[in-house]
Amino acid sequence: MSASVDALSALKAKFPQVTDRASRDCPAVDVPTVDLVAALKSLRDEAGFDLLSDVTAIDWAEGATPRFTAVYHLYSTTSHAAVRVASACTGDDAAPAVPSVVDLWPAANWHEREAYDMFGIKFEGHPDLRRILMWDGYPYHPLRKEFPLAGIETALPDLEVAEETQAKVIPAPMVGGPFVASSGEMNLTEAEPRAKDESWNERSAKPQA
Amino acid sequence: MATEIAFPDSAAKAAGAEQEFAPEKMSLSMGPSHPSTHGVLRLQMELDGEVLTKCDPIVGYLHRGDEKIAENMTYNQFVPYTDRLDYLAPLANNMAYAIAVEKLAGLEVPARCQAIRVLTAEMARISAHLMGLGAFGLDVGAWTVLVHSLNQREHLYKLFEELTGARFTTSYTRIGGVSRDVPEGWLGRVIAFCDQFEPALEETLALLTRNKIFQDRTVGVGIITKADALAYGLTGPNLRGSGVALDLRKDRPYSGYEQYEFDVPVGTKGDCYDRYLCRGEEMRQSVRIIRQIVAKFPSGDWYAKDARKIFAPPKDKILTSMEELINNFMIVTEGPQIPAGEVYFEAENPKGALGFYIVSKGGGVPWRMKIRSPSFCNLSILPKVCVGTMMSDVVTLLGSLDFVMGECDR
Repeated sequence: MSASVDALSALKAKFPQVTDRASRDCPAVDVPTVDLVAALKSLRDEAGFDLLSDVTAIDWAEGATPRFTAVYHLYSTTSHAAVRVASACTGDDAAPAVPSVVDLWPAANWHEREAYDMFGIKFEGHPDLRRILMWDGYPYHPLRKEFPLAGIETALPDLEVAEETQAKVIPAPMVGGPFVASSGEMNLTEAEPRAKDESWNERSAKPQA
Repeated sequence: MATEIAFPDSAAKAAGAEQEFAPEKMSLSMGPSHPSTHGVLRLQMELDGEVLTKCDPIVGYLHRGDEKIAENMTYNQFVPYTDRLDYLAPLANNMAYAIAVEKLAGLEVPARCQAIRVLTAEMARISAHLMGLGAFGLDVGAWTVLVHSLNQREHLYKLFEELTGARFTTSYTRIGGVSRDVPEGWLGRVIAFCDQFEPALEETLALLTRNKIFQDRTVGVGIITKADALAYGLTGPNLRGSGVALDLRKDRPYSGYEQYEFDVPVGTKGDCYDRYLCRGEEMRQSVRIIRQIVAKFPSGDWYAKDARKIFAPPKDKILTSMEELINNFMIVTEGPQIPAGEVYFEAENPKGALGFYIVSKGGGVPWRMKIRSPSFCNLSILPKVCVGTMMSDVVTLLGSLDFVMGECDR
């Protein structure tokens, strides 16, 4: 554990903008986006964090500042230490941005594509920023907090099939699951107190994203 | 490789004959329903004759939005969803998830609970590697291996069913413990399984290890260098096959792994054969761990008794004490109360490092849960490693990477 603490102390000395981040396990820092690539490069080359475990993002909900945070987990195969590096995304809600680290670790390629797919975060400098889990042309970013759990009606990815069959991707028909009785006239929040999805229900209209 | 065809007659060349005779690349789509893509992986390939010049894996056909679902339910309700990540080793996923949440809660489970979890995780590892081995054998034309490994998995399934009530989707852990203690005489049956499994495993591996046809298909095929494996974030047997001795059970021990003696097998070349050898040896080491656990199986509690508001009280207490009844009701409806904070925990699963990154704002529902799935990371190396290989070797390579799409797509 001390290896990662030392590495982060050295990082803070090198980049004065870097601040400690609250964490319940490995040491963590917040890095401003301008320093992000340089800081990660320094951790990789000088502190020996050679394995990029994970890249992901957090949506802090509409109205929060910052709205999106990108999170990187690094691991050292020599000292077996781990650190977490977080960076608040710049840009507005519609197009948050953070620099890409694909040049440092090719492993970041798919992780960043996933974060783009799920949150709409633009990883600037990514060689091939396409959707990865949802299909190309899907109009929403499903892990954003305003996206309802049940989904939003969307056209089928194959337009020819859609035209022929008139089928669509429809929101989950059985709210609460197949073994939960229909909420009937009540709205979902009353009928299912544990259903935390309150962004739309039978009485309020679906958001037009 | 593409070679220029020289035309002696320049007039013919001018007439556009070059386009007619120049090697034309073929694009080929493999999957999503293809026997050797082990699920619903699709490869969009570009071929020059038999040789791949480009490979673009298309994933996401099995995407269910597990991370979104996790944000909308309590911690215990998500346990069954972890079964469906790497569905060949649900017990190992259950354990990784439970430990991640317990780390966030700052909760330490008793020694007996840790031992039960490690025991089941190692049994799950054997079961997952057996399936990986059988499917790999099938991919390269060795049918018998699958029959042998399915036979052994059946023994394991019977033990899982006795312990958890389900053969496949076990949902065994709870936050702060497991759903029930080991049944009477079950540990003896685990040892009986090990006794018959060891010779059977050697017999199964003997079908492949020195098999000339198998070696011809795998030795020197699909080589992943040490540097590439690290750069692309490979973990598990795929990384160790490339010569990096990274095993989280040894390097960052969790759930009491530090008490057990086992070796970490490492490959030298990083080809398909090395990955196969690593998996074979890991099964032997898992048996070794299982025997050690059973030999000194701890007594005492099998769940964290002091974890009020996290682990539901036992049934007899619920039925006799008003306070415990209320506590149980609150845990079931509101979820285990986990403090605010964030935690990232990686466990050494059969496929590699399965990580859970949980951000909590307090209460019974996570604010954000990211699942770092080893299969997803292991597949991301395909565009790099496929280029220049023969089409038929892609099948071998996919088999040796041993991925599960349920985990990759989440």
